Amino acid sequence: MAEINGRVWKYGDNINTDVIFPGKYTYTVSEPAEMPQYALEDLDPEFASGVQPGDLIVGGSNWGCGSSREQAVVCLSEARLGAIIAKSFARIYYRNCLNNALPAIVCPEAVDAIENGEQVGIDLENGLITCQAGEFSFPPLPDAVMEIFNAGGLIPYTKKRLTEFK
Amino acid sequence: MAQTFAEKILARKAGLDGVVPGQIVEITPDVILSHDNTAPIYGLFQRMGGEKVFDPDMHAVILDHATPAPSTKHAENHRIIREFVREQGIQNFYDVGRGICHQVLVESGLALPGEVVLGSDSHTPHAGVMGAFAAGIGRTEMASIWAIGQLWLRVPESLKITVTGQLEEGVTSKDLALTVIGDMRADGALYMSVEWHGEAIQDLPLSQRATLTNLMAEMGAKNSYIPPDEKVFDFLQDRARRDYDVVYPDPDATYALEIDYDAGKIEPMVACPHTVDNVKPLSEVRGRKIDQAFLGTCTNGRLDDLAAAAEVLEGRKIAEDRRMIVIPASEEVYLAAMQAGYLETFLKAGAVIESPGCGPCMGNHMGVPAVGEVSISTANRNFRGRMGTKESEVYLASPAVVAASAVAGAIESPANL
Repeated sequence: MAEINGRVWKYGDNINTDVIFPGKYTYTVSEPAEMPQYALEDLDPEFASGVQPGDLIVGGSNWGCGSSREQAVVCLSEARLGAIIAKSFARIYYRNCLNNALPAIVCPEAVDAIENGEQVGIDLENGLITCQAGEFSFPPLPDAVMEIFNAGGLIPYTKKRLTEFK
Repeated sequence: MAQTFAEKILARKAGLDGVVPGQIVEITPDVILSHDNTAPIYGLFQRMGGEKVFDPDMHAVILDHATPAPSTKHAENHRIIREFVREQGIQNFYDVGRGICHQVLVESGLALPGEVVLGSDSHTPHAGVMGAFAAGIGRTEMASIWAIGQLWLRVPESLKITVTGQLEEGVTSKDLALTVIGDMRADGALYMSVEWHGEAIQDLPLSQRATLTNLMAEMGAKNSYIPPDEKVFDFLQDRARRDYDVVYPDPDATYALEIDYDAGKIEPMVACPHTVDNVKPLSEVRGRKIDQAFLGTCTNGRLDDLAAAAEVLEGRKIAEDRRMIVIPASEEVYLAAMQAGYLETFLKAGAVIESPGCGPCMGNHMGVPAVGEVSISTANRNFRGRMGTKESEVYLASPAVVAASAVAGAIESPANL
């Protein structure tokens, strides 16, 4: 989990959830495993067929703005995307990433330096991105949130807490 | 220490003396809102090992996204939800046709001053019109609240918008909100709590205020708040489900940012394709041919929105080869519009009236555009593909401008008809 390495798919600012996972599929595609085939359908038709496990998305500011639909994260986590690096994230999207254990990394300097298609490595524990332009560091997650992330997401986390309740 | 609204209410809910922006608190919300996504959330809840929900009375389940069901798949989704609310003993269930969740939550007295509302819908900040702290969340975290009754929240920085003066005739809160979004951009209030203050806000009727809190989702806000006054208390007189304890920010609270607007300088605005912050004055967009006009949604589907459109459409006809769709935001609005004669005006003008719900706003059904078509809508989003096909354009404007555009067949000001 700590070491991520993959090819970069780079996009711009304000990429919204309607182009990441179109609203028309929200009640017709319900199985997580079926979601990756529609990922980024209205943004980059090449993405769904080309993405490999471990690949990275690099986005500009406000990645994932718009609807709260979690499919816009699940369609990527199910494709086993390694991480999303962005200048900033829309807040519900950011929460959805952490809750699905998909690393969402805020690092504006790295976003400016990374080129589309290059290979980039991420060391989550030490907060380090390695790309052709050099190394960039990013702040770690708050402890309270890291607990959910380390549990493998909110589903296993809540499952554990619910067991403790009973 | 002086506190903003968000700081004060989150401290109270977390049982702390005070909190600061950036702090993580764990709270139990007062109300949790879900809509057609209740069924998939139920699936997640079961995967978490959930059997009985933490507190059935906390739930508000309001079907609106694809109602009445446009396909068997949607109908099955609704069926699962009806079974779920019955099994769990959830009383606050509103089936198809009752209205859009944000509107119904307010009308039914479930959005209350000083309470925390969390909803698995991005326009949940809408409920801040009643003085609640209302924020959108994802499905998995909603399922987790169902299970354990708690969720972590980051205490947001606060943005204070003060609007003085008075809006000119023909200028609405939609124009004010679009102006602010155009200035601040789509990420201008990212993660922030947006408070609306000033005489121009207090002058607005509640329905117009709701347009402001609703649209702050398009600026990235976590929640939006308007200090409750007599208008709110009167509205809640016979509706509030329980006693409430109002929360106001301290006058000397510290804000991350404070901005001021003179309402008298706001002019009619239009959000152009394909982002809500691509805002231009109506005068610059006039004449753009449209195929369809849509009046409705949680943003502008209330009685005075319908009244403004009816005033424009009275004695007029929708332009040839154009369509107009009208969807009242709720059953209550529908009935009042019928009694006021607005529905007759719409029908005589050639508009189509559909049952309360989200309609074509996010491309599910009830009037989605064809490839290459242009829509003008009173909704809150115009992203590429939002209404179903990415090969179409959506312009956003106030109800009177949408109605005038339907008559002209092109984007137009009512003043020029």
